[in-house]
Parts: sequence; C-alpha cells; structure tokens
Amino acid sequence: MSDRPALLPGFEDILAALEGRFPGAVLAVEAARGECSVRVGPERLADILKFLKAEQGFAALQDMIGLDRGPAPPAGAGRFAVLYQIYRPADRRRLRLSVEADEANPLPSAVATWRSADWAEREIFDMFGLRFAGHPGLRRIYLDEEFDGHPLRKDFPLGGRSGGL
Amino acid sequence: MAFKEIALNMGPQHPSTHGVLRLKLAIDNEVVLSLEPVVGYLHRGMEKLWESLTYTQIVPLTDRLDYIAALSNNLGFVLAVEKLAGLEVPPRGRYIRVALAELQRLASHLAWVGFQANDIGAMSVLLYAFEARERVLDLFEEYIGARLTVHGIRIGGVPRDFDPEFVRKIERTLDGLPATIRNIELLLNENRIWQERTRGVGVVGAAEAVDFGLTGPPLRATGVRWDIRMDVPYSSYEDFEFDVPLAEHGDVYDRYLVRMEEMRQSMRIVRQALARLPGGDFTAKVPRILRIPPAEVFQTIEAPKGELGFYIKSNGTDKPERVKMKSPSFINLMSLAHMSRGNLFSDVVGILGSLDIVLGEIDK
Amino acid sequence: MPGEPEPWNSRGTLNKPASAPPFLLAKADAFIAWAQKNSLWPFGSGLACCAIEMIATAAGRYDISRFGMELFRASPRQADLFIVAGTVTNKMAPVVRRLWEQMADPKWVVAMGNCAVSGGPFPTYAVLQGVDKIIPVDVYVSGCPPTPQGLLHGLITLQSKIARSHPTREILKPDVR
Repeated sequence: MSDRPALLPGFEDILAALEGRFPGAVLAVEAARGECSVRVGPERLADILKFLKAEQGFAALQDMIGLDRGPAPPAGAGRFAVLYQIYRPADRRRLRLSVEADEANPLPSAVATWRSADWAEREIFDMFGLRFAGHPGLRRIYLDEEFDGHPLRKDFPLGGRSGGL
Repeated sequence: MAFKEIALNMGPQHPSTHGVLRLKLAIDNEVVLSLEPVVGYLHRGMEKLWESLTYTQIVPLTDRLDYIAALSNNLGFVLAVEKLAGLEVPPRGRYIRVALAELQRLASHLAWVGFQANDIGAMSVLLYAFEARERVLDLFEEYIGARLTVHGIRIGGVPRDFDPEFVRKIERTLDGLPATIRNIELLLNENRIWQERTRGVGVVGAAEAVDFGLTGPPLRATGVRWDIRMDVPYSSYEDFEFDVPLAEHGDVYDRYLVRMEEMRQSMRIVRQALARLPGGDFTAKVPRILRIPPAEVFQTIEAPKGELGFYIKSNGTDKPERVKMKSPSFINLMSLAHMSRGNLFSDVVGILGSLDIVLGEIDK
Repeated sequence: MPGEPEPWNSRGTLNKPASAPPFLLAKADAFIAWAQKNSLWPFGSGLACCAIEMIATAAGRYDISRFGMELFRASPRQADLFIVAGTVTNKMAPVVRRLWEQMADPKWVVAMGNCAVSGGPFPTYAVLQGVDKIIPVDVYVSGCPPTPQGLLHGLITLQSKIARSHPTREILKPDVR
C-alpha cells in the first residue's frame, strides 16, 4: 500500500512478514505516537495470532479491548471491534491488532495461543456480549449470571436499566 | 480412606482475601485440587462512568482503582492522556512525578509486607510496616492533603511544587526507613517458620509466567527481567540509575525478597530525583477544557503491582470514547489456580498474598 | 479521727467487716451501656479503599484499641459493630445483608466512607447507592476515604449514642424495638 504511514523500522519487518504469510489479511495500518495499529479480517485470525506468537516473538498478550461504536455506527464500519495489544520483549515492541466483531459470528478464542486471554475474553463477553469460539468456559466475570444486558454497550444507560436502587 | 473431594468456599467476606474476592476450592483432605476465583464483588462500573466524564474528572477516580498505590494509577492515566493530546511535561514535573511514584511504591510494598506477614501469622510485622507507611503517608498529606486517594499527579504535571523544606522532609523520612525495613527482614528472612511457609510454595516457571501474562514482582521472581521503567521508560526514568531485583525460584519467598529489595531501589531513585531536581515549571499549560481529536493510545507503567496500563480512544470531544484499564492484579490473579494446585489449602492465603492483588483494580 | 480504726489497710482494700461489703449503685442502663460502648468488637468488613484506612486506624499510630475496639473479628457471629468500609456493589449487597443478619443483637452499624453512605462517586448500574438501603445504619462517617481521625470521630459519636441508649428495655422487653 503506497499510502501507508511511515512506520518505525521494526514495524515494517513485522508487517512484511505478516503480509508475506497471509496475503490480503492486512486491511489497514495506522501509525502515530510511536505505536502501530493493524486491522485484520476475522477469517484467519487464529492463525495470525499463532504466527505472531510463535514466529514473530510476541510472547505476551498484554490486553484485549472491546469497542462499541454505538447502535448506529458510521458508514463502512461495523458496530463492535476487538483489539489485541501484544508485546515482543526482544526489541520492546508493541503491536495493536484490531478485528471487526459482531454478535452473530464469534471470533476464535485466543486462549490456545496466550493463556492470559482467558479472563480478558470473559470480560469482553460480560461487558459487550461478544462470544469467542473455543473458549474453555465463557461466562460472565464481573456481573451476576442473571444480569440482563451488557453495560459497556453505548445503548446501555449508566444508571442501569431497572432504575437501579 | 477413600478419596473424597470437598468443596470449600472462601469469601467474599474473608479476612485474608485482600478485599471482596471469592475463591471456590476443591480439596482432597488438605491438598488443593482446583481453585476458581469469582470476582466482580467490587465492580463499580468505572469504565462506563469514565465515558461520561472529562479527562480531568477521570483522574481522581483512578485513585480508587489500586487504592493502596493511588499515585501510580494517576500517573498511568495522565501519561496516556498526555501522549494522546501531545502535551509535554517539563523536566521538573517529570522528576517530581518520579519521586512521588517511587514514594508510592514504598508505601505500597510496606502495606504489602504487612498484609502478607499478617496472613501467614506474623502479626507484629503488620504494625511495624504500617507505622513506617504512616511516615510516607504524612509526606503525601503534607504535599497535597490526602493520604490514601492522593490525586497528586495531574494532567500536564503535578499540582504543587516541591519546595526545599519539603525536599528535606522527604530525605529525613528516607533516612529513617531503612532501619524499619532491616528490622522486618531480621524478623522474617532467616525465620524458620517463614521459610517453611513460603519456600517452594506457589511456584510458577518463567515461560508459564509470561504466557499467563504475569507482570511485576511475581514475574521478576521467576528470573524474567521485565521492568517497564527500564524497557519502555516514561517520565524521565532513563535518567536514573537503579537495579531491578530478580530471583529464580518463582515461589512466595522469592516474591517477598524481590519486593523488599525493590523498596531499597525506590529509595535510591527518590534520592537521585531530589538531588538532581531541575529548575523551571512543574506543570505544562493545559487548556481548561481539554478536547482531544480522534486517536487512540496504549500506555503502560511499572506500578507496584505490575504493569499497569490505559488504552484511551478519543473522539474529538472533552470526554473519551473508550477507556480500558490494563489491570496487573486482574491478570496476575488468573494464575492463582495454576500456582495453588498441589499445595495445601492453608497455603492458598500465602500464595494469594504474594500476588499482591487489589480488588479495586481487578473489578474496576 | 483519732481513735478510729484506719479505713484503708496495707493491702489496699477497705477495712470493712465481712458482713458489710461495699457496693456500687448505678442505673442498669448506664452500667450496661458503659460496658457495651467500651468493648465494641468490630466486624472487619472491609470492602474497598476505606478498608485500608480502617486498618490504619487499627494500627499503631491511631490505635483503635484505646477505645476497646482492637479485636476485629472475622466472623459476624462474634462481632457487634459492623463497619461497612467501602463500596457496596449490587453483587455484594445480598452478602452484606446476610452478614448483618448473622450478627447477634445488640449490634450497631457504621457506614464508613461516601460509598457506604450514599454510593460515593459511583452513580452506576453496579453500585448500591448507600448501604442504608439494605441495613439500618447508626452513624454515617463521610469522606473519601475518611481519615483515621474521621473514623475515630464517628466511633466516638457511636459511643455517645450507645451511652444514651436503654439496653434494659431490650432485655426486659426483647420484642419491642
């Protein structure tokens, strides 16, 4: 992509490797403030994550972040996204992978790749209602099982639905 | 006697779970077969609340996350906001932040060693450690007026300057602390009971620790040298000389040793920061209404509990679109089940304490 | 007066014949209330940040044991003062209610901190806006967190409240509140 923003040297190698192994998987790249964010499609996500850990040295999954753009997202964007923030200790490099998500099509669980994804995925399920296929025990983590709704969705009111107490 | 599995419930109200944590244990006689933590008893909906507050209004709420080390949460959040907004903190502000953050690490580790010793049965150490912690909290109270939820690091810098009288006070406090730390070590390090209860207990290997996402002293106790202050320095940490304590066995005893040594290194850093305090402003000029154009940022720091971070996505207004906190205690707690398997259930309390968790940070 | 035997002897006791022991006169209410207020056993229900200040109050510098309260019990069955220290979330609320019910009478409740008083800085879907929605509170100590001095002031206020109470009414007529 010729309109790719200028990246820090280390990121160029990672992106080249990623595109070499998974042609067409990288949909967009953003770089600012020394960080690099890569958007990929959900189709080969499980393999991409394994590749990044096993062959590119991203030993640690630092965080998984759920995003809700609201019930009426801007044109061209889906409603939900899941971000994976990973870290390569060898050269202290951080990478952010973002994947569009929706309730009807669960993303593959990253637990098989990094065990630290376990509770992070449960939290995203609890707060957003997004499922992850293959998770060993996907259930709410913060709220009671009977709680109705997913609080971090933009259409969930801050004070709660049944009026609160 | 035939094998019989017993289900044991610990918490959410329990004197040693460091807050409202529930542990569901399955034990065979006294050996732990499996353990499942149930969290959420302190879930306050902070991330949802932050989406309706301005960046400045969020800063005091971050104190309530890791309430034993409030300044580290402040620092993590304001660094992310400043990176997002492109604000540059002047050198004097950065050095004061380092001094405050390391004093906070001291206070946090002193509270930790008190709680850990109390849980294992050495109750006097709790009183000695808290007495020493009070001396550090006095400094915070003099600086900005609050002991616990300090809110002493704000967007752009710090709220007040360090005058020479206050610098002398800090140095005098630091002069008195090594004696207390030494006393605690004399009581515990070579203590037969302490060693029997902590050596070889709650072991985790280095590779597993990284895979579990462990950070902070539990990771460094396995020999992995990760410390964000050195690896991805922030707030002028690269100007200071300090060591990162490591251990090798990854058990409760090693985590104790790592934290005790970290206290000494913190004192070393504070002294350097005070001795070389640059002149100039202690805070940058921040607009009264801080609007940040759409962008996203992920910033982490080395908090006393581990690697603490914030992901912030801005949307052009003065309120964030999304704030996600990377909580070290949340991630560290995940490995409790793995560490406890095979140990006696009375050791679960010791292992849980050695992870140094704070429920405010876990449950947000 | 000269010629009369000494009232006090060398053992430090009164020289009274065995048939006339000294006795103490007081209202039962005052005596029982005095005993209750000076030996409160707190139930250490530390929920959040306020718990740390509660522990600091119990530690060496602020020394809650001056007031007879150093014996923090882990079990509600053995405690008579429930200090709700911290945010009560909706998930924790039934647990708090059950713990309060498990305490035997007479019992008192101190709501420590803004969260326990009225939900604090968290007007969210997950937080109970004040613990007095589920249990009766005797003393409200506001602050976020209240300093140890603040908590001690609240406890001393509770002690004056107990001093003004009438325990004999409950003993003689236990079903009347």
